[in-house]
Amino acid sequence: MMRFLLLFSRQGKLRLQKWFTPMSEREKKKIIRDMTTMVLARQPRSCNFLHWKDLKVIYKRYASLYFCLAIENQENELIALEVIHRYVELLDKYFGNVCELDIIFNFEKAYFILDEFLIGGEIQETSKQMVNRSIEASDMLQETMEEYMSKPAF
Amino acid sequence: MSPSVPLQEMIRAIRSARTQCEERGVIQRECAAIRAQFRQADNGGRSHNLAKLLYVHMLGYPAHFGQMECVRMIASPRYSEKRVGYLGAMMLLDEKQDASLLITNSIKNDLSHSNQYVQSLALCTLACMGSAEMCRDLAPEIDRLLRASNSYIKKKAALCAVHIVRKVHELGELFVPAARSLLSEKNHGVLHGAVVLIIELCEQNPETLERFRKTVPDLVQIMKGLVLSGYSPEHDVAGISDPFLQVRILRLLRILGRNNEGASDSMNDLLAQVATNTDSTKTVGNAVLYETVLTVLDIKSESGLRVLAVNILGRFLLNNDRNIRYIAMTSLQKIVGTDHNAVQRHRGTIVDCLKDQDASVKRRALELSLALVSASNIRSMMKELLLFLSSCPPELRAHAASGIFNAAERYAPSQRWHIDTMLHVLITAGGDVRDETVPNLIQLITNASELHCYTVHKLYRALLLDISQQSLVQVACWCIGEYGDLLLKGDCQETEPVQVTEDDALDALETVLQSHMSSPATRGFALTATMKLSTRITDNVDRIRSIVSIYGSCIDVELQQRAVEYNALFRKYDHMRAAVLERMPVIEKNSPGHTNGESTGEAVKDVPTAKMKQGEPLLLQQPANQVHRSDHPPGPAVDCLVSGLSVHAAGTAGGDLLDLLGGFEPAELSPVLAYDKGGVTLTLSCEKQSDTGLTVTLTASNSSDSDLSSFTLQAAVPKSVQLHMKAPSGDSLPARGTAKVTQMVVLNNPNKVNLKMRVRVSYTRQGSPFQDTVQIDSFPGLDSQL
Repeated sequence: MMRFLLLFSRQGKLRLQKWFTPMSEREKKKIIRDMTTMVLARQPRSCNFLHWKDLKVIYKRYASLYFCLAIENQENELIALEVIHRYVELLDKYFGNVCELDIIFNFEKAYFILDEFLIGGEIQETSKQMVNRSIEASDMLQETMEEYMSKPAF
Repeated sequence: MSPSVPLQEMIRAIRSARTQCEERGVIQRECAAIRAQFRQADNGGRSHNLAKLLYVHMLGYPAHFGQMECVRMIASPRYSEKRVGYLGAMMLLDEKQDASLLITNSIKNDLSHSNQYVQSLALCTLACMGSAEMCRDLAPEIDRLLRASNSYIKKKAALCAVHIVRKVHELGELFVPAARSLLSEKNHGVLHGAVVLIIELCEQNPETLERFRKTVPDLVQIMKGLVLSGYSPEHDVAGISDPFLQVRILRLLRILGRNNEGASDSMNDLLAQVATNTDSTKTVGNAVLYETVLTVLDIKSESGLRVLAVNILGRFLLNNDRNIRYIAMTSLQKIVGTDHNAVQRHRGTIVDCLKDQDASVKRRALELSLALVSASNIRSMMKELLLFLSSCPPELRAHAASGIFNAAERYAPSQRWHIDTMLHVLITAGGDVRDETVPNLIQLITNASELHCYTVHKLYRALLLDISQQSLVQVACWCIGEYGDLLLKGDCQETEPVQVTEDDALDALETVLQSHMSSPATRGFALTATMKLSTRITDNVDRIRSIVSIYGSCIDVELQQRAVEYNALFRKYDHMRAAVLERMPVIEKNSPGHTNGESTGEAVKDVPTAKMKQGEPLLLQQPANQVHRSDHPPGPAVDCLVSGLSVHAAGTAGGDLLDLLGGFEPAELSPVLAYDKGGVTLTLSCEKQSDTGLTVTLTASNSSDSDLSSFTLQAAVPKSVQLHMKAPSGDSLPARGTAKVTQMVVLNNPNKVNLKMRVRVSYTRQGSPFQDTVQIDSFPGLDSQL
């Protein structure tokens, strides 16, 4: 099971946080601090796996963003790397050549995509096309509903 | 009401803020506007406001006032508002918040909504933050969805069920039938969810595991389909068909095959197929191979398959990718206990990884290398480990040093090699070794009597180079003090001869004494070593006297006391000095019955040669111990034998040994002859006093033609036995056995160890002193176990 997924920039600014277990705000803040310090301190060509408390932390850097995924001890680290990569691919397909700014300005979309890919700390759909289709359909639903329901009264 | 600033504008405004203060200002303004908007009635921009609030929350600012808005939004009929509302619920509400209960009803309604995307929102939120009560409430709904809905909903419902089972274990039973039937689905998403659910159910309940064992053939079929099928565009990742599902199924097979011969047998072929067919050029392939290896090693697989698995790990070790090397070593670490020989084959690669740049890889390689050391490869492994020690990162040094010591102790091919290795470690990493290293090394050195000359020369040279490593300096000082005569003699077969003068040796010790780098313990070692040299050198005794008297006024109390006592040794008991400072006997190895006397620090001051800072078991005391007792009050009660020997000594008389007068009690059982040499015989008899107590009576008589004077007996016993020597009857043994000397020894053996006693006999015959030792292993009238 995955415990949490964090995205942060090279300066340590948080861009996305997804928690798969209930935690208090204080704990979350502490974990974010710990993760950013640990991951940002790593040498460029070192191993992508870290040990933190009783969890394994898999991190990967894509352009200016660090993707940091914490999994339980018995999970497979290499497949976790693939999970991160799959998420980046989904974002890329959706935004078209995704960059950090896309995630900053459309953070809620990033969350929606994540929620179509992972649920409760596990993968829900292993096919890229299926996930993309679901997102597009939900977006369509949102637009049509909005157009239908809330015509702006100008 | 003017529309509020859209989300993107706000984000831009926040990002353009140049200082933290400015940013806080922008955010406060926005939050105020959002709060005002929330209080208003329904308007079109609600979702934007909540989204803005969520952004602010991600930056780390408080957003709890948005919780009720989330609840309202979830209940709204509009999809856009529901979407943001549920997102807000997942971010702001968790099971600890009270407001989370309010959304239970909304979720229930949405689970039966006509639109599948609304259903999916509800499922996702429930799986993310559902509390135990919510789970109990909604479990039947989830079960219904698991059976009758489209695959889009089924896969989400399956993972929702996983969350429910994790939160409320008892509900597992509810989902077992549905989970079983889901395995026949074709949709990969649903299959994946089903496998995860079954894994969770099996891990929770061993009976469920038994029931699901019957699904092994089905799972094998599915896997075969995945591995052998052609290219499938939907699920392909770098040539592997749906690696995520493959890994999950392998995991389930692992759980089902563990400790079960039947299930393991049915998987053997499949696992072999996966292991050989999977392409390992990309990470994905390696991920599947890794999972396969873990499964093979965990179930009851046949040996051929195990060897295949270990070989895969060996191949991983040679991979260019650091990640792969790292996980290979973690896996090898897990099996080094059980498949030791298989792992040994890859020893060379593992040792090479010690030189890797990455710290995590180095750590793994170190642990694995230490686990692989054996009697046959000790020499080559030690070379590599010592090389590693000199260049390893500081956080690994202590671990490496203690690992090297353990390995050296277990597999040392020769004493000289062992001493060399320990010295090397002390020179390289002396600051990181544990405290017991010093007494252990000292004990090792005393045991290797033929190497004393070599050792002291080596240590002397090391001392000249560097006096900052405390453990090394302590051992070196001790050796120079003890074997100074060998050092000064100069010739030694094992190393090149170097001429060391008395001044050189004393200079070295004085440098240690005066250096600010030396710890107080080290300076204590150096001072005592200096003192010991006074009997081993001939010319510079005055220099030693002056050094010792200087430290008589040292601030450090320990050094001061030592110096004062050594001074006394020079002044009043000069004739005793040789005897006091003579060579120490071989220290016996620590056995479980021995305790290290920590507080020996105090009592041992009286006996300069007993250098037991961290407790070496001393089995024999030096003779003049009793003399000092008269001048100084006895030290604190110690496990050590000092107290046993001197507690009952009477006052001194001149420079002679104590006048040992006292009565004696007749022996109860038939006496046994313990010692007979030079006309002196010693018999002993025992009387059992209690379950652990014993009284031994030693009787000495002299059948030679000359009188013996100053006759003393000293006894030593194993550490856990308590010894009490009563005053002897006299100290002179007239010739031809006209009178005897008896002495009673009371022993207490609470731990019931094997009782042994070593007795030292000393006397003066016609003006010349004589000493001898005898070991008594069996006591008459006693069972072997006292």
